[in-house]
Amino acid sequence: MTFLSAKGMTGGYGGADIISDCDIWVEKGQINVIVGPNGAGKSTAMKAIFGMLNLRRGEVLLDGVDITKLPPQKRVRAGMGFVPQNRNVFVSLSVEENLEMGAFIREDDISESIEQVYQLFPILKEKRLQPAGELSGGQRQQVAVGRALMTQPKLLMLDEPTAGVSPIVMDELFDRIIEVAKTGIAILMVEQNARQALEIADHGFVLVQGGNRFTDTGQALLDNEEVRRSFLGG
Amino acid sequence: MDILNALALFANFVFVPATAYGAQLALGALGVTLIFGILRFANFSHGELMSFGAMASILATWLLQDQGVSIAPLPTALLALPFGILAAVALMLATDRVVFRFYRRQHANPIIFAIVSVGVMFVFAGLIRIIIGPEDRSFADGERFIITAFEFKKLTGLSEGIAIRQTQVLTVVVAAIVVVALFWFLRKTRSGKAMRAYSDDEDLALLSGIDPERVVALAWIITAALAAIAGTLYGLDKTYKPFIFLQILLPIFAATILGGIGQPVGAVLGGFIIAYSEVTVTYAFKKFLAYLGPEGWAPESLVQLLSTDYKFAVSFIILVAVLLFRPTGIIRGKVI
Repeated sequence: MTFLSAKGMTGGYGGADIISDCDIWVEKGQINVIVGPNGAGKSTAMKAIFGMLNLRRGEVLLDGVDITKLPPQKRVRAGMGFVPQNRNVFVSLSVEENLEMGAFIREDDISESIEQVYQLFPILKEKRLQPAGELSGGQRQQVAVGRALMTQPKLLMLDEPTAGVSPIVMDELFDRIIEVAKTGIAILMVEQNARQALEIADHGFVLVQGGNRFTDTGQALLDNEEVRRSFLGG
Repeated sequence: MDILNALALFANFVFVPATAYGAQLALGALGVTLIFGILRFANFSHGELMSFGAMASILATWLLQDQGVSIAPLPTALLALPFGILAAVALMLATDRVVFRFYRRQHANPIIFAIVSVGVMFVFAGLIRIIIGPEDRSFADGERFIITAFEFKKLTGLSEGIAIRQTQVLTVVVAAIVVVALFWFLRKTRSGKAMRAYSDDEDLALLSGIDPERVVALAWIITAALAAIAGTLYGLDKTYKPFIFLQILLPIFAATILGGIGQPVGAVLGGFIIAYSEVTVTYAFKKFLAYLGPEGWAPESLVQLLSTDYKFAVSFIILVAVLLFRPTGIIRGKVI
């Protein structure tokens, strides 16, 4: 059974449908990415999965349970972690406080989770008392990912985690994301850097105008002549 | 030249009273800044909330005095303060439930909230005048002075004395305790951090599972407690006048904006800067300069920059200058 399965998602922010009949899925331990041109509805599809968008049609199943009607906060409790593209850290709180707030819904001891995040992102341990707003773009993204990991999610969703960071930092972030996937967490990612993202992806979804155009393994999409020409710049 | 006497004079008429006044303003500004940080609007009802808390403390003080309860040499009002706090908290929570929550659910514009708070202010003011009336009330008992001017002169041999009233010291001590406790709460506790997180980014706080209604209730409870303490201390220090709490809004807002809106440290800083400016600018420096000048010389005028009648102009000028030249305030806060 597929861990996360969103089928036939159709909806928008009130007016016209932004995504129509869109299918997204991901297995535990896998990294699946959503790519596509600007305005294709990539972020919207992810927001729909997280419940930030009312679907007119379609369903979202997490571990076999229908969560289509749950609000985002309840989906967090159900095991989803979401890293928004913008404003994804509390800028005036320190790095450590950001992680603590990430674990706000947990009643148990969180020190172990914090330690795990520091192991994944050693630089954050160094900067743990600094306000997150003072960090560089890449470090901020690490805080954002760390914050989302604090709820011990089974599915981690990242909306353009490499937006605005240098290529070196991007590679570094992707390495960390692979590490996270290896711990058995399902990862769903929207990416602007399509080529690099598909290289680390198990599966890719190429969205065009709110619908699935191509769905295949990351490697197959990279090898596909049409995908290369139209979406990966040759 | 007589520097020691000049300093004593300055301390007696400027430094000591301004420090007590600054502590009162700081407490008031903390409440305004906290509400701005959490609910994102300028709360005009804060002055009357202070007044209400002070009124409740006075009523409790009278009751205690009737019963013959006394903690002399400390003023009875200190014992009555918890009652004032409870009354202010209850009033504010009820008001939030009946008024502010309605607009919160509508996601009303901050301007609407501010105007609503003006309405709430008038209702509070009316309520206070119905319950205790518009007259001045003096409710300070216990020891009046910690050191009188006469004692100070005898002690030091100076011709100028420094009188320190008990209420002034009490004001500063209580304010210091409250500020330290508040900062500890905001920095160290889970609820305090959740409040700061919510103030930072509502949406992300919601995603993290922080309950907005709980944060809002907590903000009102803390604000009402701060207001009751500030109002009671102010009344204790200067006698309680219901009318004063409309005027005191100006220096409190000036302190809030000067310090940086939504910044608790800034509110404390702003409170003291406004208080020192106000008292310094309205003090007549004639005698002070006479001590510093050559023997037998004195300035011909009073050397008073502004008559005390215009003391609120000082806050107003600072307020306008800050808004024009540094709208973020001293500690980078939000801009209205």
